[in-house]
Amino acid sequence: MYKTLIIGNGIAGVSCARWLRKNTDDEIQMVSQESEYFFSRTALMYVYMGHMRWQDLEPYERSFWAKNKIDLLQGKVLSIDYELKIAYLENEKTLAFDRLVLALGSKSNKFGWPGEDLEGVSGFYSKQDLEYIEQKSNNIKRAVIVGGGLIGIELAEMFHSRKIPVTILVRESEYWSSVLPPEEAAMISKHIRKNEIDLRLNCQLQSILGDQGQVNAIVTDQQEHIPCEFVGITAGVRPNIDLVKGSQLSTDKGILVDEYLQTNIPNVYAIGDCAQLTNVSKGRKAIEAIWYSGRQMGETLAANLSGNTKSYNPGIWFNSAKFFDIEYQVYGYVPSKIVAPFDSIYWEDPAGEKSIRLVYDLSNHQISGFNLMGVRFRHEVCEKWISQNSSIQEVLAKIRMAFFDPEFYPDYSSGILDAYFQKTGKKIIPKSSGKLNAVLNFLKS
Amino acid sequence: MFHRIVKPPFLNKLQWIHLGIGVLTISLLVLASVNILFTDDDWRFIIFLFATSITGFAYHQYREQSEGVKNNGVWFGSLTSRGLLAWATALGLTAFYCLLYWWPEYLGLNASGNTGLIALFDPLSMLLKKQAASQWFVYGVFYTLCILCFGYKFLLKYKHNKYQKLRTISVMFFQLFFAFLIPEWMLRMNLPYNDLKNMWPLNYYFFDAWNIESFKSSGGMGWFFLVFGLLMIFVISPSLTYFFGKRWYCSWVCGCGGLAETAGDPFRHLSDKSLKAWKLERFLIYSILLFSIVMTAGVLYTYKTGQAELFGISTAEMRKSYGFFIGAAFSGVIGVGFYPLLGSRVWCRFGCPMAAILGIQQRLFSRFRITTNGGQCISCGNCSTYCEMGIDVRAYAQKGQNIVRASCVGCGICAAVCPRGVLKLENGSIDIFDRTPEKS
Ligand SMILES: Cc1cc2nc3c(=O)[nH]c(=O)nc-3n(C[C@H](O)[C@H](O)[C@H](O)COP(=O)(O)OP(=O)(O)OC[C@H]3O[C@@H](n4cnc5c(N)ncnc54)[C@H](O)[C@@H]3O)c2cc1C
Ligand code: SF4
Ligand code: SF4
Repeated sequence: MYKTLIIGNGIAGVSCARWLRKNTDDEIQMVSQESEYFFSRTALMYVYMGHMRWQDLEPYERSFWAKNKIDLLQGKVLSIDYELKIAYLENEKTLAFDRLVLALGSKSNKFGWPGEDLEGVSGFYSKQDLEYIEQKSNNIKRAVIVGGGLIGIELAEMFHSRKIPVTILVRESEYWSSVLPPEEAAMISKHIRKNEIDLRLNCQLQSILGDQGQVNAIVTDQQEHIPCEFVGITAGVRPNIDLVKGSQLSTDKGILVDEYLQTNIPNVYAIGDCAQLTNVSKGRKAIEAIWYSGRQMGETLAANLSGNTKSYNPGIWFNSAKFFDIEYQVYGYVPSKIVAPFDSIYWEDPAGEKSIRLVYDLSNHQISGFNLMGVRFRHEVCEKWISQNSSIQEVLAKIRMAFFDPEFYPDYSSGILDAYFQKTGKKIIPKSSGKLNAVLNFLKS
Repeated sequence: MFHRIVKPPFLNKLQWIHLGIGVLTISLLVLASVNILFTDDDWRFIIFLFATSITGFAYHQYREQSEGVKNNGVWFGSLTSRGLLAWATALGLTAFYCLLYWWPEYLGLNASGNTGLIALFDPLSMLLKKQAASQWFVYGVFYTLCILCFGYKFLLKYKHNKYQKLRTISVMFFQLFFAFLIPEWMLRMNLPYNDLKNMWPLNYYFFDAWNIESFKSSGGMGWFFLVFGLLMIFVISPSLTYFFGKRWYCSWVCGCGGLAETAGDPFRHLSDKSLKAWKLERFLIYSILLFSIVMTAGVLYTYKTGQAELFGISTAEMRKSYGFFIGAAFSGVIGVGFYPLLGSRVWCRFGCPMAAILGIQQRLFSRFRITTNGGQCISCGNCSTYCEMGIDVRAYAQKGQNIVRASCVGCGICAAVCPRGVLKLENGSIDIFDRTPEKS
């Protein structure tokens, strides 16, 4: 029986702990600085908007942890002695371990902007950030958000829900155009503006100005002054590895791990946002700061720690997000610039808030990815098509099997088949009604 | 420096005006119940004001909102977060239900001529069925008005979601025609009062001697009601549940469900999601189902044999206590009176024997399930929070497991509020006995 210490109780650490408990009788100790109980970081925004209370963010009842013999401790780990196998906490506490799991998460990027340490300037990552934003955004006249990614849009929606005017500064020429293809990016920019957000494209932050230590304006690279009482910095995140930097643990941007999530030090592992894979599988990145990667890494590592060796295999890329009212899903390979040998067919709803894009390889007509705005697709079906190298024609003929919108929603298949016809002159005859039985049969086959 | 806390829900000017109309309506109703009326036609005016205040409020709430889920400030507003307003509303509703069930004379019910609130609706009752109003008629009027007006509000709130719109139109339709107008018309035609969609055991008086006799004595129509009632219980309802899950009834047809989904919608998130509540739910709902079966068996036994007692217990007493504790206290006083404190489906979840039966069918042999979309769940918790039945939907979704729960009424709100498109209500026959495979 080992004593496993997990630092960080985010989705990565918690998944590891849960699966380790399922598989073994090991002693499990989880220590984390931010909160005693695991919560869904992805839902922080909903507390601010009043959709949920803090306790609704906790996916497990508080009694769960004791019942499953997972010891929780709230506290900050200051240093680790890898030889003695001891972690040193604040207040002179120490924790001994046989095996150490680092699940330290991320922290907000800052780029050394003048004024970034003023009161009223904050990233949006942690519970403490949320509390700070709650306190600082009370009754303010304008908030400026720097950086146009997935967290920036959430922050904008939060302020919007409280009728706080928002300006977003985005370096790119459309919102999130570093990831989204041009049509989709333009759709999102338009949608953001429809929600009365002052979206500044091709615009960067130059400096943040303050008065008595409190922010009161920002200056853009076009020398424009925008008065504001709050500045949200959402220019991406980076692995939070302050704890281990400069130790014998190998790090680059994140903590370097092999496909077994093992670091260079025996019995020390890293998972989740803080881990950087040295051996990256196709279509994936070395660092992926997303929810399900943390969950999958936690599960994989737990298998390894219980003697059931398994290499980390995240499978085919997928993700999802929401931009105000527009839901976004992606499956497989969908680059922001689609160039040969790839091509895509694109259908957009006349109202301009729904779209479907299918990316395929022109050389062999194999499907490579799906990009959806305002339309829900079925993960397993898309995944199966991609992994089977199905042809674009076959996918189109059975496209209804992928639809995952609620019952009675419109059937977009004719739109997308039309788009294919426009592009190639080829007519596709639909071959599936998309009924659940057909889908289940397909998935079983 | 003075900091004002500025949080949703925000009310605009026109919403305030309609709120004012609502307060005026309630004041007029209170005046009417102490016999202060202004004209003979006050009821028209009051119904008009009642409908205007709710629909006007709703119209101005959602008019400028974009299409999408709008739960901003649900946990901030006093009415929707068990604040002072919630307690006051619960108290008011509970008081109304107590009067309605046990002291209708204070509402003005009087065999020798109604007064007060009930007299106010005498003209409407005369118009519909040529009889003076009863407390149940007045209740029916308000019940139907609430489902229609708050149904309109719900339609606006979910203007982007066709599933939500269709099922709401359906409950509005069934309430207006099947629960309200048709039975009243039937009385006018000297046929037995019968709400066709209201089946046993929710309709616990179906097998009462007086009801059976009244069916039997009204010729062909009466026999039709009797046979249809039995077919509903044993054939129609299990078949529909096989095809669509219990939602065909609980969220598309039922009147209790109808009120919960419309007037109760602002309170759906108040349902208790703890494991403890789930345990209590299973204990209570199956006990009450058992109670209703035993009670009905007793009543039928007495009807058939003329014996007043079954195993030494008076069946009439049994029937009476069922009516008191379950039919009135639970389904009415607690079920609706406590909307603002316990959520909108307390009766449906903890009490309704109909829901229990349909739930068993749904769990065991229905094509229905809520599918989870692969690995897309981010464990945010919106689904669990807004499940009116207190189902911890997230617990299943984050494991990639389908949701097949006896209590799920298929309202589809979990799927509507999910920000990642994870949930879908579906029917499929090929895996009925394997609908909950656990993926990693
Ligand atoms: C606002 C927001 C929205 C998001 N939305 C999405 C989304 O929709 N979809 C998606 O896929 N991803 C989303 N993400 C990203 C996702 O939340 C993260 O990828 C995920 O939470 C990372 O999990 P983790 O377990 O690796 O780390 P974390 O959740 O960051 O947990 C790490 C924990 O370790 C603790 N810790 C660090 N150092 C120490 C120390 N020295 N001592 C003690 N404790 C320490 C930290 O306090 C922290 O609690 C979002 C992120 C944010 C901030
Ligand atoms: S699980 Fe979903 S569909 Fe079922 S009752 Fe709850 S919210 Fe409604
Ligand atoms: S609302 Fe959707 S994403 Fe959030 S926990 Fe539920 S299923 Fe998962």
